[in-house]
Amino acid sequence: MGKRRGLEVSVGAAEAVAMADVDVIAAYPITPQTHIVEHLAELVNNGELDAEFVPVESEHSALSVCIGASAAGARTFTCTSAQGLALMNEIVYIASSMRLPIVMILANRSLSAPLSIWNDHSDAMSVRDTGWIQVFAQNGQEVFDHIFFAYRVGEDPKVSLPVMIHVDGFIVTHVIEPVEFWEKEQVERYLPPFKPISRLDPERPVTMGAFAMPQLFTETKVAQDMATTQSMEVILSAWEEIYKITSRRYRPVEAYRTEGAETIFVVQGSFGETLSVAVDELRAKGEPVGLVMPRLWRPFPFELFRSAVKGAKNLIVIDRAISFGGQGGPLAIELRSSLFGLPAPPRVINFICGLASRDVTVEDFKNIYERAVDGSKAPVFQEDFQFYGVRS
Amino acid sequence: MKTKKPTPYNQLSKEEFFLSGHRACQGCAEALAVRLVQKAAGRDTIVACATGCMEIVSSPFPFTSWNLPWIHVAFENTAAVASGVEAGLKALMRKGKLPQRDIKVIAMAGDGGTSDIGLQALSGALERGHNLTYVCYDNEAYMNTGIQRSSATPFGASTTTSPAGKKVPGQITWKKNMPEIAVAHQIPYVATACPSYPIDLIQKVQKAISKPGPAYIHILSVCPTGWRIPSNLAIKVGRLAVRTGIFPLYEVEDGIYRITQKTSKLLPVKEYLTIQGRFRHLTEELISQIQERVNQEYELLLKKVAMTQGEKKEE
Ligand SMILES: Cc1ncc(C[n+]2csc(CCOP(=O)(O)OP(=O)(O)O)c2C)c(N)n1
Ligand code: SF4
Ligand SMILES: [Mg+2]
Repeated sequence: MGKRRGLEVSVGAAEAVAMADVDVIAAYPITPQTHIVEHLAELVNNGELDAEFVPVESEHSALSVCIGASAAGARTFTCTSAQGLALMNEIVYIASSMRLPIVMILANRSLSAPLSIWNDHSDAMSVRDTGWIQVFAQNGQEVFDHIFFAYRVGEDPKVSLPVMIHVDGFIVTHVIEPVEFWEKEQVERYLPPFKPISRLDPERPVTMGAFAMPQLFTETKVAQDMATTQSMEVILSAWEEIYKITSRRYRPVEAYRTEGAETIFVVQGSFGETLSVAVDELRAKGEPVGLVMPRLWRPFPFELFRSAVKGAKNLIVIDRAISFGGQGGPLAIELRSSLFGLPAPPRVINFICGLASRDVTVEDFKNIYERAVDGSKAPVFQEDFQFYGVRS
Repeated sequence: MKTKKPTPYNQLSKEEFFLSGHRACQGCAEALAVRLVQKAAGRDTIVACATGCMEIVSSPFPFTSWNLPWIHVAFENTAAVASGVEAGLKALMRKGKLPQRDIKVIAMAGDGGTSDIGLQALSGALERGHNLTYVCYDNEAYMNTGIQRSSATPFGASTTTSPAGKKVPGQITWKKNMPEIAVAHQIPYVATACPSYPIDLIQKVQKAISKPGPAYIHILSVCPTGWRIPSNLAIKVGRLAVRTGIFPLYEVEDGIYRITQKTSKLLPVKEYLTIQGRFRHLTEELISQIQERVNQEYELLLKKVAMTQGEKKEE
C-alpha cells in the first residue's frame, strides 16, 4: 500500500483523479466543490498531471465538454454541487443515455432557495433518475478509493455508463483526514486504460446522439435500464478487487451491529459515522438497535437491502431531502416501496433532518430513537414522517 | 502564419460526407451549405451538431446521412461539445494514446442555437481559444420547431411568434449581428458566406480550418419553407441577399476586414423582400426603413474595411 497522508478530502480526491490518469477535466466553480478542481488545476499547471483542464463558462458546458471528450475516447472528470448540478441537469440525462463513462463528484449541497451553500442531499435526490451509477462515500478514504472504482466500473464495456460519487459538502469535502494512497502500479493494475467501444474517429465514422422515433425510443431506454441493472456484477467485482488491494471491504449495503436488532437506522452519507457512535451507546444500554447504510444508490440493491433489514421490527429512515407533498423523504419512499408485499415487513419511521448542514449529533440520534420507539419497543410514531430539530 | 492555398471548386474531392437521403425540404439551401462545408473540410473531420433542422433531417436512428464521425448532444451546447472533442484529441495525442493526426473539429448550429440559446457556450469556446471552426447556419428563425422568431430574424419578417398582425407588422427588432460578436472575441478568423456563392464559401471554410485557434463562419441559408418562397428560388434569393447588401459577404482575418463579393452598386432591398412570403405584408414605408438601415450598415462595413486595411485600402 502507498503512504498514509493527512490531507483535505478534496485534495485527496483530486490526487486520486490525477492518479487515474484523467485526460480532460472540465468544471465550473461552486462551493463546496471548489477545492477539488482548484487542486486539479494546480497539478496541471505545475506539470504534475498531463491533462487538458477546460475552465468552462458554466456547468452545462462542463458536462458537455466531458461528453465531447469522452466521445473522442478521453477519460474525463467533472465535479459540481447543487445549483451547478441543476444547471447541467439536461446534460446529466444525456451523458448516461449516450453511455459515456464520465466520472463526477457531487459535493452534496442544498438546492436554493433560500440560497444555502451548506450540506444536505437535495441535490443528490434531484438526479436519482438520471441513469448514472451512484455511490455514497462517507469519508476521505472512501472518496479516494471510489475514484478508481468509478472509472473501472463505468468504463467496463459491459456497463459503459457515467458514475457519480456523492460526498457530503464541507462535512466531508473540507475536513483533513488521513488517507492511505495507492501505489502507482496498484492503480495501473486495477484500472486498465479506457478502451471505448466506439469513438469519434475519421477512420471509422460513427453517428452518436441520433434521434429515435417512437418505434425505437422505448427499446433504447430498456437497453439502458438493463445495462444499469446488470452493472451490479461489475460493481461487486470492482469492490472485491479493492478489498484484495487495500483490505477495505465495500458493500452495496453496509450493515453495522444489525445482529438481533429490532430497530435499524437507515442513512446515507456521512451521518453513518455519527450514527454508529449512537448505536454503540444505545447497544451499551441494552437497546437492540443497528445501522444500515445503502452505499450503492443506483442501481439500488433491493435484495441485499431486504436481507440486511430482515427480522427488524422498525426501520428509522433518516432523509436529508424533502419530497414536497410526498410521503416522506426520497430515501424512505424508496425503501418503503421496496418492502411492500413482504410477509412481515418492518415499519418504516421516517425523519427528515440535517438540512443545510444543521447539526445532528449523537444525542439527536438517541432522541430520534426514543421518539420512534418507546420503552416497551412499540412504535409510538403515527405519521408517515416527521421533521426533526425544527425551531419553534 | 501559413495558410493552405484555397482549392478551386472543380478540384474538390468527389467524396461526399453529407449524403443524400436526408430529409431536408426540397430546395433547402441549409442542407446544400452543410454539404459544401464538409466537402471543403474533407475526410479528417469530426462534426458536433446542435439540435435543429440539420440534426433532425440527417440522423433518424438507425439511418444517418453522415459519412463522418458526428455527434449531437443538445440544442445550446454544441460549442462546448466541440471544445471537449478538441480537448480530448489534444490530450490523447499529446499523451501518445492516439497517433498524431491533423483532425479538424467543426461545430454546427442554427441561428437559434447560435445567437440565442447557444451564445454563452459559443462565447466560452471562442474565448478559450480551442482549435475548432464554428459554423452557424442562419435561416433566420427556429425552423425545426415551426418558424418561430429568433434574434437573427430580420426586421419585418413574419414568423409564427412574430406574426404580421393588424397592429404589429411581424418582427420589430433588428437582426442581431452575430459575426460582429464573434469578431469581438478577437479570434483569428470570422467570415460570412452563402451557398449561392459556393467558391467563396469553400475558400472560407478552408481558410477557417487551416488557421490554428477558433474560427467562426456565419452562413446565410435560405429556407424555402420558412421564408415562403418556391423551392427553386433558394439560390436566387441568396444572391439577392448579397447583392442588395442585406447580407454582405466578407471576412475578418486577424482583425482585418475584407469584402469578398464586391458589388459596384447595391440593388434595392425591395427586389429581395417582395419575392418572399414572409415580407409580403410590408408597406412602402417599412421597406424604406429597411433600405435606410441596410445602407447605414453597409457604409459601416466599408468603413471597417478601410480602417483595418490601412495602406492596403481597397477602392
Ligand atoms: C433546451 C431546448 N429548448 C428548446 C428546444 C426545442 N428546439 C429544438 S430545435 C429548435 C429550433 C432550432 O432553431 P435553429 O437553431 O435556428 O435551427 P434550424 O432548425 O432553424 O436550422 C428548438 C427551439 C430544445 N431542443 N432544447
Ligand atoms: S425547414 Fe427550412 S432549413 Fe429546415 S429543412 Fe426545410 S428548408 Fe431546410
Ligand atoms: Mg434557424
